[in-house]
This record gives sequence, structure tokens and C-alpha cells, in this order.
Amino acid sequence: MGEQLLNELVLPVVYILCIAVPLILAVAMFVYWERKVIGWMHVRMGPNKVGPWGLLQAFADVVKLLIKEVILPSSANRFLYYLAPLLALVPAFAAWAVVPFDDRMVLANVNAGLLYLLAMTSLGVYGIILAGWASNSRYALLGAMRSAAQVISYELAMGLSLVCVLVLAGSLNLTDIVHAQAGGKGLFDWFWLPLLPVFIVYFISGVAETNRAPFDVAEGESEIVAGFHVEYSGSAFAIFFLAEYANMILVSFLASIFFLGGWLSPLQGWIHADAPNWVNWIWTGSIIWLLIKAFLMSFLFLWFRATFPRYRYDQIMRLGWKVFIPITIVWVLVAGCMKYFGLVLAGTGA
Amino acid sequence: MNRITEYFKSLLLIELFKGMGLTLGYMFKPKYTVRFPMEHIPRSNRFRGLHALRRYPNGEERCIACKLCEAVCPALAITIDSAPREGDGQRRTTRYDIDLFKCIFCGFCEESCPVDSIVETSVMEYHFEQRGQNVVTKAQLLAIGDRFEPEIAAARAQDAAYR
Repeated sequence: MGEQLLNELVLPVVYILCIAVPLILAVAMFVYWERKVIGWMHVRMGPNKVGPWGLLQAFADVVKLLIKEVILPSSANRFLYYLAPLLALVPAFAAWAVVPFDDRMVLANVNAGLLYLLAMTSLGVYGIILAGWASNSRYALLGAMRSAAQVISYELAMGLSLVCVLVLAGSLNLTDIVHAQAGGKGLFDWFWLPLLPVFIVYFISGVAETNRAPFDVAEGESEIVAGFHVEYSGSAFAIFFLAEYANMILVSFLASIFFLGGWLSPLQGWIHADAPNWVNWIWTGSIIWLLIKAFLMSFLFLWFRATFPRYRYDQIMRLGWKVFIPITIVWVLVAGCMKYFGLVLAGTGA
Repeated sequence: MNRITEYFKSLLLIELFKGMGLTLGYMFKPKYTVRFPMEHIPRSNRFRGLHALRRYPNGEERCIACKLCEAVCPALAITIDSAPREGDGQRRTTRYDIDLFKCIFCGFCEESCPVDSIVETSVMEYHFEQRGQNVVTKAQLLAIGDRFEPEIAAARAQDAAYR
């Protein structure tokens, strides 16, 4: 009885905390890093007053948000208004259940992990729509509608680009997808090379999915103030913030897993095992590589934000429907042909 | 044909990569930020900041209550009352108030002063914590003058040739 309780209740909770707590800390540090990087690109310094080099800035912001009052607009729908931030947050965190950090480090080794991920990342938009509707404000509603249309459009391109990954890997299980990218040619065994256009489409769709610049018309400060969360304050706003950044980090991890070989080393197959065990562990693949790759991918989010002006709404729709979807559909065929004629040896371990 | 090349250029994201290269270059440039309380940018000797009333080297206050500054002040920020001083009966101010909220820091008071009494120092870092503190009194102005006299004198000496 005691052992069963341990295995079925205590251990999963511990594992969940092992993912969620570092994730929340990562969000805090990511916010700090974003402000730093954008500052540097603007030839500014970014936050540098709170703590050494401003490292504690994010925590100061969190404390400020948590002690602020959560204001309920007079004609808002109380239940949905308070539910919406949670609806945005829960999928952003739940999606991490199937993310494999290492060969065995995965909370739920689900066979249909890819489908689960698609479901979870699409669920996040409900939080946004409900937030916009429940706060009974024009700006919020407009932002929510824009966001919904945009997320649904880019979901298609994203799903189709994942179909290419699926074709090459032959599995919906994320751990198997990474294993399919193992081989003797280092980083050239990963899927980014045969699927280069799709990789770019996937990442740009990921940026659009998370409503980040240059696709952040859902927030659109210059037109609709702050979009869907204009009426939210204090901790409710903090939850939206947390969900947005958790989603960004998630997209970075997924791009690394699907296209950049997950935890595999870029030197896999080139280094042979004369070295001590721990060197081997790092060089042949470990969580460190996944973190490095995800860090680089998440840096791209900030880089985009500092570089590109915001898209107009019709340009976003044109890009999603008339450019990305045709490219991915063509590349599904190309990937199928590559797989059929054996041009890509993924999954065979060769 | 031109349209086709343009199409492929935009499809290959060439301009976007160029832009990203530009921002990456700026990321490593030295920053323009001046860390203000610790660092300062150079300030001219003619900078018009917080006001001060000066004294002669023997400790006598310069102001003779001619009220030219009060008359010239375009913002009506200066208020002066005067009376013969007890003792020697010299004409002196009994009240010399400057409302810093009204003041536009034009420097006319300093230019109009026949005895170089009211001056504007280069102090620009000050604040008020209570309502009413924006009106600085004669005693405060004299204290500011006492505190910054070396700097005020140096700035006036350097500028004297051009007046």
C-alpha cells in the first residue's frame, strides 16, 4: 500500500515539481534576459539596478504584481474572468509532461505525444478568447478575436510541418523522434537539414502561436492598448505573462526536439568512447545539449522582437494561408519521397 | 521577371536576415547609456539650474533689494519685500521667495542683477518632498550660495570675458 502510494502519487508530484519550479524560474530569468537583450540591441543597458547586473529584476516585478489589486471590471463575467488566466496557464504547463529532456528524463512517455502537444498548444487560445470576452471591453475583445484567428491559422502550418517530422521519424512519441535523429554524421543527422524550409516555417509559426513580435497584433499596443489582457491587473496579469513566456520556452524546446536532435550532441558519432564516463555522457548527448539548443532558439524570439516591425493583420493572414501552408504541403510530399527512396536514413540508426 | 526575383528574395527571407544581422551588430556596440547618478555628462558653465543668493567675501549679502529681478521675471516667480535693516538702516530684503514651480529658468534675474547677487547655479539634482517646499526662501537661497560659492565664482570668472 505504502509503495503503491509512493509510486502513483508522491513520485509524480515530485517529478511535476521538478519540471514546474525550474520552468517558473526559467520564465523569470527569460524575462530578465529578454529585457537585457532588447536593451543591448537598442544600444541601451537594460535592467541593471536590482541585484547584481539587475538579475533580481524579474523577481521584483513578480512581487510588485502579486501585491497589486486584481480589479474586476463592473460588467465583466466574474467566473470566466477569473477562469481565463488559468485556462491560458494550464495548457502551457501541461504540455511539458511529454517533453523528453533526456533519454529517460520524461514525465509521461506517451506514444501519441505529438498529438497531445498539438492539443495542448491549441487549448491555450481558449484562455485568450475567454479573457477578451469576459472582460467586456472593446479592446480586449478585438485583441482576443485577432489572436484566435491568428492562432488557428498558424496551427495548420504548424501541424503540417510536424507531419513532415512524423513522416521522417515514423513515430508520434517524442523520445522516438529524437532517437530517429541519432546517427554517425553529427548534427547533419538531425531533421533540420532535410526539413530546412519546414523548420523555418515551424519556428515562425511558433512565434505566431505565442503571439510574439512581429505577430503580436493580439496585443497591438498602438491600436488596442494591450489586447486581450487590457483589463487584467496584479496576479491575474502575472499569470497571463507566465503562460506566454512558458509557451515561448516550450516552442523553443519543441523546435530543438523536432528539428535539432533534442538532447543529442552535435558531435554524435564523431567522438569515440575512450574518454571517462561523464565526458562521454556530455559528448554523446545529455540534457545540457537540449538546454543549449533551447536557449539559442529562445534567443531568436528576442532577436525577432528587437528587429522586426509588427505585421499588418492581412499580411499575417496572407503569410499563414498563402505561403506557409503551401510550402509545408509540398514538403510533406518531398519528405515522403525522401523517406521512400531512402535519402534520409532516419530511424534506422545508421 | 523582376516580380519573380522579388518573390524569391522575399521567400528566402534575405532582407529579414539582413535586419537581424544589423540588430546583432548593435547588440555588441558600446552603449550610449549614462548611468546618471554615478556618471554625468559635461555641463556648461552657463547652465541655468537652482538659484542662489551670493555674499561678498566679508560675509555681507550682496542683494540690495532693488527688485529688478522681481520686475524682469517673466513667470512672476520672485517675490521680494524690503525694509531698512535694523542697526545700520541699509536697504535690505526681508523676504526673497522664488517659486521653483513657476520659474522657467530663463536666467533674466541673474542678467538683471546689478550686484551679481541672484545667480543660477549648475545644480539640477534636487527634489521636494512636501507641498510648499517648491518656494525657496531667502535663508535657503543664501545657504545654497554659501555652499556652492567656489563653483559659482569660478563659473562667473570664466564667463566674464564674454559678458
